[in-house]
Amino acid sequence: MNDRRRTADESRDDPDTSTKGTRPPHRGRRVTDALESRATAFRVRLGLGELGSLPVVVVLVAVWIVFQSLNENFLSPRNLSNLSVDIVGTGLIAVGIVFVLLIGQLDLSVGSVSGLAAAVFAVLNVNSGVPEWLALIIAVLTGTAVGAIQGFSFARTRVPAFVVTLAGLLTWNGLMLYILGTSGTINLDENGLVADLTSYYFTHDSAAYGVAAIGAGLVFLASYRDRQRRKAIGMPHRSLVEIGMRTGVLAVVAFAAAFVLNRFQGLPLAFLIFLVVVAGLDIVLRRTHYGRQVYALGGGVEAARRASLGVIRVQTAVLAVSGTMAAIGGLFLASRITSVSQASGSGVLLLNAIAAAVIGGTSLFGGRGTTWSAVLGMLVIESVASGMAITDTPVAVQFMITGGVLFAAVVIDSFARRSQEAHGRA
Amino acid sequence: MPAPPLLALRGVCKRYGVLQVLEDIELEVRAGQVVALLGDNGAGKSTLVKVISGVAPADKGVIEWEGRNVQIRRPHDARDLGIATVYQDLALCGNLDVVGNLFLGREIRRFGFLDEVEMERRTRELLEHLATGVPDLRAPVVSLSSGQRQTVAIARSLLGDPRVLLLDEPTASLGIRQTNEVLDLVDRLRDRGLAVLLISHNMGDVKALADRAAVLRLGRNNGFFDVNTVSQEQIISSITGAAENVPRRMASREEEW
Repeated sequence: MNDRRRTADESRDDPDTSTKGTRPPHRGRRVTDALESRATAFRVRLGLGELGSLPVVVVLVAVWIVFQSLNENFLSPRNLSNLSVDIVGTGLIAVGIVFVLLIGQLDLSVGSVSGLAAAVFAVLNVNSGVPEWLALIIAVLTGTAVGAIQGFSFARTRVPAFVVTLAGLLTWNGLMLYILGTSGTINLDENGLVADLTSYYFTHDSAAYGVAAIGAGLVFLASYRDRQRRKAIGMPHRSLVEIGMRTGVLAVVAFAAAFVLNRFQGLPLAFLIFLVVVAGLDIVLRRTHYGRQVYALGGGVEAARRASLGVIRVQTAVLAVSGTMAAIGGLFLASRITSVSQASGSGVLLLNAIAAAVIGGTSLFGGRGTTWSAVLGMLVIESVASGMAITDTPVAVQFMITGGVLFAAVVIDSFARRSQEAHGRA
Repeated sequence: MPAPPLLALRGVCKRYGVLQVLEDIELEVRAGQVVALLGDNGAGKSTLVKVISGVAPADKGVIEWEGRNVQIRRPHDARDLGIATVYQDLALCGNLDVVGNLFLGREIRRFGFLDEVEMERRTRELLEHLATGVPDLRAPVVSLSSGQRQTVAIARSLLGDPRVLLLDEPTASLGIRQTNEVLDLVDRLRDRGLAVLLISHNMGDVKALADRAAVLRLGRNNGFFDVNTVSQEQIISSITGAAENVPRRMASREEEW
């Protein structure tokens, strides 16, 4: 009890050991200073259990090193480029799962919904001759509608979402089988719009480098303008060195990725769409009124209600987002194999999507996480899968390893939560 | 003729089903004054707070605001008048940071996006006025101490510039040091001219802070006291009903209110 109180007092009284919010201005003109302040802030974050995406990055690097040493083709441009496309379908579904996890719920229907959307598209386009773009929109809206129905039922009845969506898992899978009828498998147009989603590459080198430059430039501009505004009204702000370093690290990663992708077939359209969607939804979550409500619901429904937030509206919207993302993800998965079958959306898809979000650092307890965890989590899962395939390891071992990583992620999540609460108990 | 009190309750009654929870309650709160609302469990303190904050409107009786009759039928009405309430469980979102909690549900927006800079500036300004140790504004509230959380909850209620503040057991779960911090904070609010209605079980807090004490017993007024002149024993006996002191009760109301 006693030393808990001491830690809380220290972090309040001594601005140097507290995190970025209270960092005094004009600190760190030189790189060493900036590094030092980062290091201190980092140690405090470690102590608070706010590891964020650090563990998953460590795991990813470890996985890559192991498989590269087992087979030197693992980090080849071809394999990495394929990896960047393979993560997209399930990754988009995982982004929807992140939203649901943030409000402290779970959506078990995303697999079935993704299959349903793909089936709706295939039946409309291939069997009924509806134009591709229209069939695509209807398929995505099907996911939105299904999600909204589930969300509203869960919000109104206050039955936990995982129960409502468990019923959905069966219902929508049944509906998909009904729509597909006896035909079983429907092949998509090999040169169609949906097939292009995962087969189109921006082959010119400038595309990948341009995207990397724009991405890094936007991040720099945003942090720089934030700094200028804070500085103008005399509030704590990041030093230019720190902004430079952060943007620098990001730019190095982005340009390295662009370099690798260009050495195979260029920038895959699917990967670009994935990054744009994730970045866009990240801004929605962290910088809009709606996103703040999503996080607030994860922090406490009662507190949100007292702050007069529209709890039912937000819960419905979150499940609708997850349904929409499931539908979009399902179309990408169908695009990858240019067909829709009775097996679409089944198997480990649902589990992989949930595992990706959790491995990436989104908390199962609600209220903590970002859409980027879907990218990082999927990278880990697909790297293991691809490494196993490349080294001829049986799929049984792949399941066990992915399971182990997921278990570790859950333990870290639980540890982080307990550590935060212990600090608050002073 | 003195100015009318900021908030006055006259003959307020509240009934839950067959249970008469409040009967003919009288209460006055003046600007720049801390009034302690005392009473045993089940005396009706929390119900009275709900009546004033609009969560559970009164069945009968008159509520006056600066001498005018007003209706408080919903939480919204109370907020519009300038009455802010800090509930015992604080109702904070543990995962959001201090700034996020303060502005939850009334975020400042700029071009449609949250204006974090402006919100942080106002938070900083507000907390610097209130508290000695300003907590890390970007730390999740769950990692703050309970005293700091109490400060955040009070600060949040002050955002709408209220004139009356209802505090439900603000020190119930705090240690000695943090209790003192919160008491200091309430003291500063009184100096800023706020009227504070403080619900507490802790006679120490009441003696240290309150100007007046109103005692409820079994849903009725059971005495008004000037905390500075009346002994603790007298107040306690009024709370427990050990000495029914009817003449004194009437007299003290006439003199002191």
